[in-house]
Amino acid sequence: MLDLSLTQMAQGLAERKFSSVELTQAFLQRIQIVNPQLNAFITITESQALDAAKAADSQLEKGTATPLTGIPIAHKDLFCTEGVKTSCGSKMLDNFIAPYDAAIVTNLAEAGAVSLGKTNLDEFAMGSSNESSFYGAVKNPWDTQAVAGGSSGGSAAAVAARLVPAATGSDTGGSIRQPAAFCGITGLKPTYGRVSRWGMVAYASSMDQAGPMARSAEDCALMLQHMAGFDARDSTSIEQAVPDYLSQLGNSIQGMTFGLPKEYFAEDLNPQMAERIQAAIKELEKLGAKVKAISLPLTRMAIPAYYVITPAEASSNLSRFDGVRYGYRCEDPKDLEDLYKRSRSEAFGHEVKRRILIGTYALSEGFYDAYYNKAQQIRRLLAEDFQKAFQQVDLIVAPTTPNPAFDLGSKITDPIQMYLEDIYTLGVNLAGLPAISVPAGQINNRPVGLQLIGNHFGESQLLNAAHQFQQVTDHHLQKPALV
Amino acid sequence: MQWEAVIGLEIHAQLATKTKIFSGSSTAFGAEPNSQANIIDLAMPGILPVLNKQAVEMAIKFGLAINSAIPERTTFDRKNYFYPDLPKGYQTTQMATPIVGRGYLDIQLEDGSSKRIAIHHAHLEEDAGKSLHEDFQGMTGVDLNRAGTPLLEIVTEPEMSTAKEAVALLRSIHSIITYLGISDGNMAEGSMRCDANVSVRPKGQEKLGNRCEIKNINSFRFVERAINHEIQRQIEVLEDGGRIAQQTRLYDPDLNETRAMRSKEDANDYRYFPCPDLLPVEIDSAFVQQLKDALPELPEEKRQRFTEQLGLSVYDAGVLSSSRPLADYFDKVVALCGDAQLASNWISGELAAQLNRDGVEITQAAVTPEQFAGILIRLKDDTLSNGAAKQVFAALWAKEGQTADEIIEAKGLKQVTDTGAIEAIIDEILAKNTAQVEQYRAAEPDKRGKMVGFFVGQIMKASKGTANPKAVNELLAKKLNG
Repeated sequence: MLDLSLTQMAQGLAERKFSSVELTQAFLQRIQIVNPQLNAFITITESQALDAAKAADSQLEKGTATPLTGIPIAHKDLFCTEGVKTSCGSKMLDNFIAPYDAAIVTNLAEAGAVSLGKTNLDEFAMGSSNESSFYGAVKNPWDTQAVAGGSSGGSAAAVAARLVPAATGSDTGGSIRQPAAFCGITGLKPTYGRVSRWGMVAYASSMDQAGPMARSAEDCALMLQHMAGFDARDSTSIEQAVPDYLSQLGNSIQGMTFGLPKEYFAEDLNPQMAERIQAAIKELEKLGAKVKAISLPLTRMAIPAYYVITPAEASSNLSRFDGVRYGYRCEDPKDLEDLYKRSRSEAFGHEVKRRILIGTYALSEGFYDAYYNKAQQIRRLLAEDFQKAFQQVDLIVAPTTPNPAFDLGSKITDPIQMYLEDIYTLGVNLAGLPAISVPAGQINNRPVGLQLIGNHFGESQLLNAAHQFQQVTDHHLQKPALV
Repeated sequence: MQWEAVIGLEIHAQLATKTKIFSGSSTAFGAEPNSQANIIDLAMPGILPVLNKQAVEMAIKFGLAINSAIPERTTFDRKNYFYPDLPKGYQTTQMATPIVGRGYLDIQLEDGSSKRIAIHHAHLEEDAGKSLHEDFQGMTGVDLNRAGTPLLEIVTEPEMSTAKEAVALLRSIHSIITYLGISDGNMAEGSMRCDANVSVRPKGQEKLGNRCEIKNINSFRFVERAINHEIQRQIEVLEDGGRIAQQTRLYDPDLNETRAMRSKEDANDYRYFPCPDLLPVEIDSAFVQQLKDALPELPEEKRQRFTEQLGLSVYDAGVLSSSRPLADYFDKVVALCGDAQLASNWISGELAAQLNRDGVEITQAAVTPEQFAGILIRLKDDTLSNGAAKQVFAALWAKEGQTADEIIEAKGLKQVTDTGAIEAIIDEILAKNTAQVEQYRAAEPDKRGKMVGFFVGQIMKASKGTANPKAVNELLAKKLNG
């Protein structure tokens, strides 16, 4: 039952082979057994889940079910959930019970999905290894010595380890795709503005985007169907109809042109990774796709641009955590300044502090033009490069990361080294594009991710191509040898 | 040495939108603390702002009223600083491309001339909440009802040279925003607040002196006093050989002095940057034209019409156009009675005095423009004497009747022009006062004038003010001299 796809689960529920309560209990039991090894969950909402499952069963009985009714999922713990702790992986919000639901939490609940709890993440989504969480690192289900990736490491590990069939994630610089790649699952970062940001705790507002994480493109399509859509509460949400993603999955990719940016296959790329990616590209060619060499010359510049803009926005976004209205407050503050200083010093972790400091510096008088404005210029040029590429190709194909998952603790003391691992994912966020990571094999039992990048609102094409790839490969069906 | 002051103003007008600039909370004044603060105003994690279109519309109207160019595109920025009444840790404001560009206003000076003051720009921003320092046993309470209230910040060029000019500009802006209905302009409730930048320099010198900013002055009177005080203070410092430190000062109306709040060195680095949660607002020129076409007649236009078309004096026109409800009242009365000068005299005289006595605004006047015009019509056609007209006004104010004619009828105030009836009264008065008549006739002709007043008074009293004064004078003269 735990290995079924979402569509198969929906079918099983519809045919009453099992109930939503049974399905939910099966996953909750699996969480009880496996989660202690992985640390994928921060909060498990067992009783709410069982209530929701009962409600789903009655809908299934009444015949008012939708394709997600009764299917267990989990939410990354930076989506606000009414009445449930929303920690953002931070001591700052360890005591914070959100008073409202994020848009996607509402959307998925209305579609009948049953949330089992909240998954672990890098503190405020700042990290590429899930080691910056106040609740401890998530371990990679394939190899518990390895990181699960970040920041949506909890969701990725939970899906890979069959603790849930699907989960939500958020991606500001690769936070869905990179952990999906490290844990051998499929993860989609939608076009900026496709999914409402209402209720998603902001890291870098101009890049944050929520998306689905599941075992296959088909499952991601079903999840995205119920996450995407215009939301008047989010001014950056775009008013454009949501296509029927599932109905497009079967299209042939014959004749589609895939661009290979030479900068994504340069010296940064691990040779074994390159082999796996080239093998995957061969599969696409076998399906009739054409491959074309392209160039995205500003690729390396994406890293400094990203690590100026996102900290700048974060430094402002995280100002509200001041110990005044909610969240952590230091003991016995002697005055206002002491309240601010100690509450923030005691409750934010190293990586968050580092980025607040970088961002504050970048926005300071006298430095603004040299850093923030320059970074915005790079961002515009980079987006133009992508647009030029999309005049020649339908999709871009590349590795998701230069290397497979690294060892826990191996990069945490060297932030620059850690940031460089994001080289293939950041550009997509700077340009607001959609991209998907799909499993493409392993290196020493550590999974490899193939990344497909589309033009704005190209989610259908991405899911279609990924699904076609998954019809002729079985990388996404491999599972870690856990208990 | 002769000194010259240079004054610029920053005026915050609270816009009269129903809801806040980025949230659906009510903006009503005086509610229970934090009862008008929703999750957006509280800056809960994950909340997002949505711009209030009404606030944009109001700002554009103001821009049109001050002859400013409205940009095709306007953007919002974040101003970052920590304070407990600033829940997000930043204020959403406009720095790079404000919604109202350069414009100007003409102010009327006391000598009857006018002066053009350039408006640098005006921008939209959100207000902060309030910190409450009393009643919390050494702690501070925070009320976020006001947080997120839309403000229009109007920034003038430093082109005023006296406190009186600054007040004239402030009054002019006050009447524009109230005419447009975009703000109630209530300074006591903080709907309109003013900061003044003041510097002095030797007369004739081009270079500006160091300036001080006086914060949050909350009445017209205090603006004048605070600026005058600050000019005097700066002159004294300079004449004593001192230097003016660039700083922010607070005006204390109780002591009539300004006090240093913070110096430039302590100034925050606000780290402005474009707000990533709000997309640039594209302003459609057709929409601007639509607003322009629907603009009401503005104070300056009204003042001109009152002088040029209705023949009022500059002073009368200025008084009547100072507030829209007053000007509207006047316009209605003139339309009905057809005599602008008479309407102006009576509105500035009898009506203004009554409003003053009752301490109410023109909008609460107990006599409607229709009723008021009814009195003036009867005054013009000689049905009423001046004194009787005042009685009719008082009766209408006291709700003793519906129309002037009804009161005239009920009280018998119709002016008597029938010479026979007047003669009878005169005869009666003269008969009762034979001694005075003798005295009059015995007096030198140049002393008689004063003595006539006694008889007129008696006659008017006997007629309850209804005798036509002209007829009384003529007939009385005949009889006394006859």
